[in-house]
Amino acid sequence: MKIKRMLGAATGVVMGLTTGLAHAAYELNLQTPETPIAGQIYHLHTMIMYVILAIFVVVFGAMFYSIYAHRKSKGHQAAHFHENTTVEVIWTIIPFFILIGMAFPATKTVLAMKDTASPDMTIKVTGYQWKWEYDYLQEGIHFFSNLSTPRDEIDNKAAKDAHYLLEVDHPLVVPTGKKIRMLVTADDVIHSWSVPAFGVKQDAIPGFIRDTWFKVDKPGIYRGQCSELCGKDHGFMPVVVEAKTPEDYAKWLADQKAKMAAVVEDPNKVYTLDEMKSKGEKVFTSHCAACHQASGMGIPGAFPALNGSKIATGDKAAHIDRVMNGKPGTAMAAFASQLSDTELAAVITYERNAWSNHTGDVIQPSEIKALRK
Amino acid sequence: MDATHAHDHGHDHHPSGLMRWVKTTNHKDIGTLYLWFALIMFFVAGSMAMMIRAELFEPGMQFMHPEFFNQLTTMHGLIMIFGVIMPAFTGFANWQVPLMIGAPDMAFPRMNNWSFWLLPVAAIFLIGEFFLPGGAVAGGWTMYPPLFIQGGMSYDLNIFAVHIMGASSIMGSINIITTILNMRAPGMTMMKMPMFVWTWLITAYLLIATMPVLAGAVTMLLTDRHFGTHFFNAAGGGDPVMFQHIFWFFGHPEVYILILPAFGIISQVIPTFARKPLFGYASMVYATGSIAILSFIVWGHHMFTVGMPAAGQLFFMYSTMLIAVPTGVKVFNWVATMWKGSMTFETPMLFAVAFVCLFTMGGFSGLVLAITPVDIQLQDTYYVVAHFHYVLVSGALFSIFAGAYYWLPKWTGHMYDEKLGKLHFWLSVISMNILFFPMHFLGLAGMPRRIPDYALQFTQFNQIASIGGFIFGASQLIFLIVVLKAVRGGAKATDKVWEGAEGLEWTLPSPAPYHTFETAPMVK
Repeated sequence: MKIKRMLGAATGVVMGLTTGLAHAAYELNLQTPETPIAGQIYHLHTMIMYVILAIFVVVFGAMFYSIYAHRKSKGHQAAHFHENTTVEVIWTIIPFFILIGMAFPATKTVLAMKDTASPDMTIKVTGYQWKWEYDYLQEGIHFFSNLSTPRDEIDNKAAKDAHYLLEVDHPLVVPTGKKIRMLVTADDVIHSWSVPAFGVKQDAIPGFIRDTWFKVDKPGIYRGQCSELCGKDHGFMPVVVEAKTPEDYAKWLADQKAKMAAVVEDPNKVYTLDEMKSKGEKVFTSHCAACHQASGMGIPGAFPALNGSKIATGDKAAHIDRVMNGKPGTAMAAFASQLSDTELAAVITYERNAWSNHTGDVIQPSEIKALRK
Repeated sequence: MDATHAHDHGHDHHPSGLMRWVKTTNHKDIGTLYLWFALIMFFVAGSMAMMIRAELFEPGMQFMHPEFFNQLTTMHGLIMIFGVIMPAFTGFANWQVPLMIGAPDMAFPRMNNWSFWLLPVAAIFLIGEFFLPGGAVAGGWTMYPPLFIQGGMSYDLNIFAVHIMGASSIMGSINIITTILNMRAPGMTMMKMPMFVWTWLITAYLLIATMPVLAGAVTMLLTDRHFGTHFFNAAGGGDPVMFQHIFWFFGHPEVYILILPAFGIISQVIPTFARKPLFGYASMVYATGSIAILSFIVWGHHMFTVGMPAAGQLFFMYSTMLIAVPTGVKVFNWVATMWKGSMTFETPMLFAVAFVCLFTMGGFSGLVLAITPVDIQLQDTYYVVAHFHYVLVSGALFSIFAGAYYWLPKWTGHMYDEKLGKLHFWLSVISMNILFFPMHFLGLAGMPRRIPDYALQFTQFNQIASIGGFIFGASQLIFLIVVLKAVRGGAKATDKVWEGAEGLEWTLPSPAPYHTFETAPMVK
């Protein structure tokens, strides 16, 4: 069946080639720049391409002419020269000047890219394995941004959406026409926050904060991907930025604030097992299932199973500790900083009562709260 | 002991069977071992590339899990660099350096044996990683922490393997440097040495300078993993980026370790088939030296996106662009060597011409990537994959093919099958471009590297690349057939082999006897 599909795809390629390279998917250049920086990068690249093309034509024009004309089969006799100081000096110096010509505009762009001073707003982005968290520092809202492509599309069980692998549940929303400074960091390993149309790519380094900036004028949705290998699901943590007009952005912001106020949880509320399990399943799906799998079986050798595991069926305190504080030296993150008391209590309850685990334990948010210092 | 003993009893007396190869101290035997090792590893790492291209043939996960895909890309890179290109060049050095400078053998024959036999051990470790719990190393050949710290026991084995390969390279380099500096035939001054010898001399210095740096970096990874140090952990006062600085201080000279011997081979092949001496010999030597020195001050261009200050970005951009000058000199010299020659196009020359043209394309994309703002746009995309495969496949690998076809008659005493050689060339050069050229477009459009699955707009070019990849992979079997045929028989090679060949190795019979230049030749 796979072979059949590959053959089908192969004929598709042949047909695609014969129907012409003008097809939209054969993108031959950088993405359309949407910020002044991306525009400068685009022009730098175009300029260098012209320089390269000219050198290529001259040098390899000479080489292929020589291959054509100076061959033994045409009876060409070999000359005997093997040095010429003048020529050698010239072709050392000319490239040098070409390079200076290229370095000058590039330097201006480097300085412009680095100029993160006086932004209109600042957003902190944190990379996790394998999702992004956006923190609107002045506005006081924050949320996680997870891949929203359904598993079935990845496993070829469902038709793929137009934005396959480039879609998230909660995109970063920004106003147009404002200089936005991004503070970039990571929680576990190095990631890289990248939006090609903005000319932005900044590594997210755990323990350090770097910054970059962009100003986009056209409302729309812009897509990028994590650009530093960060483990198993590196290919599955896209960056999606939605630029809205300042008015629409203000509406969105008010909306978000209202939503956040509505879901403020009472840490002293007491839940039933079923309430916690259903809450916990949602948390598990978005934060745990990437490694431990929805089946709870993990991936043998890489990520341990939770179904029937010693921790998830054994001592409750050890289980809570592992989820809150992680396991140093492994991909198991410390979730205390990522999840709320209720979410932590819910997901631990879920893990202890899902699949074949039947401990009957219900962890209450107050227990988690007590453990936080 | 064996060497002197054999010397007493005539030329071709040596132990036979397996023990000949295990215990050999003969530079030709060891050269042969290196070359066969490299060829076997080439097919091992190549088959990983085939699996990668099969998975990337269309969007969606087809054949494997993402973590296995990451293991394949990591091991493909590590093995191709440390198990194929480097050993192949060392094999050439072992065979050719003594023959080209008129020395009877390498300076330290027993160490030579040891340098080689470390490699299969390291290779077994690397490949064995796939069979450990959790599989092989999946954090990329660059081994960046903290990702590398997360891994299982294969990561420790990987560190051990890197140490072993480093030790092997350092010993090999000491041997090559000592041989070249002390054992040249009377009359062969430094500036009369063949270009291949020069490039290897400089490469060997690069190896000795950088391999200990790599060893230090991976040792710090090891202690971070197991002994509570925090070199690369911010929580303990360390810095993950420091690893990148140390790694690329090794890594960039390493890039030239992988290409300088290629320059040497090409500088031997082109004059032979142009029937005209190498143009600008002295400037070639100086250019090689400049490239080697510059290679130590450009490492930051691998790290433009880590967020270094503008001054750092500008320094590394300027120094990187500067490398284009000596590299350009080399390309111009090769073209000038061909100019007004009397050229024929046997397989070695075909590969050499393809090298000059395609390596230069890799150099051009390198120039694009040197421009910091453009690099930031293209960092970690398929453009980078295209770039380094142009310099390593149509660069390093093609030069190895050129050298192999060029010297095979001298090594085996038989001419290789020219028809098959040409077939191998044309299939390789065409499929190589089908494979890697579309990757430039993928990178420009923003497709990240090291991803097992991709967005729909990248499908067409990935399919073209995969088809090119399968053809390229299959074509390499032709090379294996050519080599085996030449080893087993074929038209008898003359001493000089090629009409335009110059140099001491061509004064010897073909195949070169087991012991050569026991009395040093005189060089005019």
